[in-house]
Amino acid sequence: MLDFLKPWIETFQEYLYLAARAFRNIFRSPHYADDIFLQMDVIGVGSLPIVILIGFFSGIIMGLQMGRALTTYGAQGQIGQIVSISLVREFGPVLTALLVAGRNASGIASELGSMKVTEQIDAMRALGTDPIQKLVTPRLIAMMFVLPLLTIVADFIGLFGGALIAVGLLNMTWSEYWSTAWRALIYQDLAQGLIKPFLFAIIISLVGCLYGMRTTGGTQGVGLSTTKAVVTSSIWIFVITSFIDPLFFT
Amino acid sequence: MAATDQTEVLRFNDVSLHFDETPALDHVSFAMNAGETRVVFGAAGSGKTMMLKTAVGLQKPDSGRVRLFGEDVTDLKESALYPIRSKVGILFQEGGLFDSLTIAENVAYPLLNQQARRNGDGPMSMEQVDTKVLQTLNFVELGKTLDKFPSELSGGMRRRVGIARAVVTEPPLVLYDSPTAGLDPITANLIIHLLIKERDSRNTAAILVTHRYQDGHLMANFRYNPDSGQIEPAVADGVKTKFFVMNEGRLVFEGSETELRASNDVYVRKFVKY
Repeated sequence: MLDFLKPWIETFQEYLYLAARAFRNIFRSPHYADDIFLQMDVIGVGSLPIVILIGFFSGIIMGLQMGRALTTYGAQGQIGQIVSISLVREFGPVLTALLVAGRNASGIASELGSMKVTEQIDAMRALGTDPIQKLVTPRLIAMMFVLPLLTIVADFIGLFGGALIAVGLLNMTWSEYWSTAWRALIYQDLAQGLIKPFLFAIIISLVGCLYGMRTTGGTQGVGLSTTKAVVTSSIWIFVITSFIDPLFFT
Repeated sequence: MAATDQTEVLRFNDVSLHFDETPALDHVSFAMNAGETRVVFGAAGSGKTMMLKTAVGLQKPDSGRVRLFGEDVTDLKESALYPIRSKVGILFQEGGLFDSLTIAENVAYPLLNQQARRNGDGPMSMEQVDTKVLQTLNFVELGKTLDKFPSELSGGMRRRVGIARAVVTEPPLVLYDSPTAGLDPITANLIIHLLIKERDSRNTAAILVTHRYQDGHLMANFRYNPDSGQIEPAVADGVKTKFFVMNEGRLVFEGSETELRASNDVYVRKFVKY
């Protein structure tokens, strides 16, 4: 049993160590501002099209499914409320994080993994650069900044998709929909919807970096690290959300 | 003793390193002084690369002590190692060139990094950095590749860029990990000529890891003549160049080229080919 758990515990230990060093580096020189902006562009701007697309269609799907159920009880007027609460609290942050994990945890792991197997990370250390300062901290900062923004975009686009269904199929007016959607939200919903992407950002960026930096075994190892980074970060997104939800349950 | 310590650049004292149960370094001890050359032979996996990585603290040994420029680096923290490492140039087996940077940026990296650690208060202006980069790339005969990326160059050219990056800061010790591996004989000889030229024009200490006996033979028996700009047979070396042979992490031979060729050890003799 202990032998089975040992690699998991070691990985978790490495993750905590990497996280501690990455966060500590935020407050230490040198700061690689160019790398932070580059990563914001890669992660934020690069992920924007798929986040808009998935946000829009998840709003439409939610509108359709909820609208059908609510019409049964003659409560289709509540569609804005249900779509906004579901999106802002749960689906917006989780779907966006899963998309970004699929796109960027893999990208980070493969990029850093390739650097590891071609000795670029060793070269960086040999030339006096801390690879965590240069490679991990900029990705962490960029992800913590852009993932909440991407989530806000996904929420709004999703609400817009829900509005199309409410107006087009459920005979609501735009103002009815947006007014119920907006009034349904309380500060706790907004807090929940913004704390989650912040935590997901830490998970996605550091898991991608961790698996990238411990890559061994050439190109096959890079592929394996990429897969592990996506799977692990996706699992942790659900684990984290299931721990946060009860805190806001009341 | 004090005089030796002043010029000693690297010392391994009974250094061992294991990966699981496999020894990468097994009680390795040696010392080398400024201006000396060590040529390291050994089969794949015999610990040659690990020896170089341990020398600069990229790999921590399980036991034993490593002294670099007289300082015990065995237990030093990574941040404390950076200033010491800046006195060592390294050419990695896989090149280690940053593929997102141009050739000029790759070669400028060590210079700019040293500037950054001094909070920009270094002795070189950007113009001087550019001049030094061009000068170093000209040294490896690649002055026209400034704006290219590593992926646009051949394997031999990438090695030469790696050499340029390793020596651009004019370090007193340079470590070359298999600089001729996988290259055609003409390019391999060109690279060894560059190493000899670099070593002799600045009296640099060097460790050369290689599989080719010819590389070691050239390093031991040829020198760079700054007047003619050519490589020519050395009158007498033998003392400054020593040969190491490694087997399963152990240093099984240490001596001159003559002693290497006279060795009766079956494993050692495998590396003496003409």
